[in-house]
Amino acid sequence: MIGSGKILRRRGVVLGLRYVAAILLTIFFVFPVYWLFTISFKTPDEIFAFPPAWYPKSIQFNNYAVLFKDGDAETVWNSLVLSAASTVIAMFFGTMAAYSLVRFKTGGENLAVWIISQRMMPPIAIVFPVFLLYVYFGWVDTYHGLIILYTAFSLPYVIWMMRGYLEDIPLELEESALVDGCTRWQVLWKVVFPMARTGLFATAVFTFIFAWNDFLFAFVLTRTEVVTYTVQVTHYFGGQSNFWAKIAAMSVLGTVPVFITVAMLQRYLVRGISMGAVKG
Amino acid sequence: MSSASTITPIDQATPVPGRAPDRYFKHQLIAPAIFLLLLIGLFPLIYSLIVSFQRITMLEEDYSFAGLANYAQLFRDTRLWQSLLHTAIITAIALPIELVAGLLMAQLFLERLPGRQIFVSLLVLPTVISPIVAGATWRLLFDNRYGPINQILGWIAGEPVAALWTVNPNLVYPAIILCEIWQWTPFMFLILLAALSNVDRSLTEAAEIDGAGYWRIFGRIVLPAIWPVMAIAILIRSLDLVRIFDIIWALTAGGPGTMTETISIYTYTQGFNQFETSYTAAMAFLVIALLTVIVTWAIRRMGLAK
Repeated sequence: MIGSGKILRRRGVVLGLRYVAAILLTIFFVFPVYWLFTISFKTPDEIFAFPPAWYPKSIQFNNYAVLFKDGDAETVWNSLVLSAASTVIAMFFGTMAAYSLVRFKTGGENLAVWIISQRMMPPIAIVFPVFLLYVYFGWVDTYHGLIILYTAFSLPYVIWMMRGYLEDIPLELEESALVDGCTRWQVLWKVVFPMARTGLFATAVFTFIFAWNDFLFAFVLTRTEVVTYTVQVTHYFGGQSNFWAKIAAMSVLGTVPVFITVAMLQRYLVRGISMGAVKG
Repeated sequence: MSSASTITPIDQATPVPGRAPDRYFKHQLIAPAIFLLLLIGLFPLIYSLIVSFQRITMLEEDYSFAGLANYAQLFRDTRLWQSLLHTAIITAIALPIELVAGLLMAQLFLERLPGRQIFVSLLVLPTVISPIVAGATWRLLFDNRYGPINQILGWIAGEPVAALWTVNPNLVYPAIILCEIWQWTPFMFLILLAALSNVDRSLTEAAEIDGAGYWRIFGRIVLPAIWPVMAIAILIRSLDLVRIFDIIWALTAGGPGTMTETISIYTYTQGFNQFETSYTAAMAFLVIALLTVIVTWAIRRMGLAK
């Protein structure tokens, strides 16, 4: 009896220590995000206060208003168009390819290895020759140029993830649909895609976020017309640090959509970022 | 293309006569994806190989063949080897820290902790932010006068600190690695937390009853159980670290001088600031060739394709 009281007290202490550690870690990982967000609401005086102001006195949206007035916020629209278009195309072709790999073992293991190894190529080595090609075609700074590149770069991820999700679909349903007189394409549209819809949705969201967060491709292949929000953020870097408000506001505009989608998709997050290594 | 070995049960089950031949269905399915991958994957490989044997710069279109001159120059280019060294240093320091810190955090949150879901949701945030935004954020945090980091350090030191994090040669690496760790430790944490949660508790409990110590249980039961997942997390992170660009571009842009220039930054500089087209192509080809060998080996080794 004495022993169990001691154990209980020890458990309480351990739990307390774990809480302290958890809170300290959360502060470390969340503080930079907090700082970025608060700068976007600060007045210039607060941003360049010394010592730093730890929170804005009042919430004001002037920093955002400037971005919308000057048209800088259009870069978020460009990011949206590029990411959405490339995601739709990559999901469509990628899921078809994944179905081919799963059901018919097309190309065997070698093809699967080649496809996933494309994902692991360093973007800088890809984008340089692509840049030369695009200069030749006149595709630099165009929507379709970047959409094609993002699509191709997303495809290995889509194929890889959808391969995992499609493996979970029972064969019998497809077979009975075939017996009922559906063509193969109808089976794909009416049985496979609807059955895999949660996987399709989760994969699409991650594909979208990867394109949305890209910097290097857009940095190399845009000039003025299709500049994305990530490239726009770097335009505010300068010798003088007086564009802080714009850096912060533009970053927040690009980050909030990601936070919202990830919050909705908590369940698929681990599978999505671990390339399907963890299912659940 | 279609051989006997590729026929699957579904083919045998549906010998439907009078319908458009299903034989090419699987090829039709995969053709668009393969076409795009070849366009963006294989084409650049071949194209940079050709260009790398020429003498093209963006200022002068000299298509005469230079033979292996560009490749010979790669071996003499100390700046290239320096940049590879910088990449290796960042990878060798950041990766183990992310792995160990992620594992410790996963252990911390493995057992019941009221409010755990809220903590995990908050800890995820850095990982989903665009790396360029993460770099920009830390650039603001590191500011020598208006940033909070020097301020906090000043409280600890008891006197004002005015460290130039992104300029001072002694501080640039800690700055980059800190930002990198901040962004990607949660990645390791999330994956390892999921992996640890899937470890069979009855096995560890049985070992505990048998009197096995913590480290023995960890080494003999837990580690082998989480290893397949951990290996993939390490692979993903190390490949990302080898091609690191965004964070460094935002924080130091490779400076001061060329001190923090990684292979990606150096390739970018050669191609788009120095306009050395053919030379950059040679470099890109070297990087692709090097990574293809490593990646293919790693994927096969880990049985990832199964």
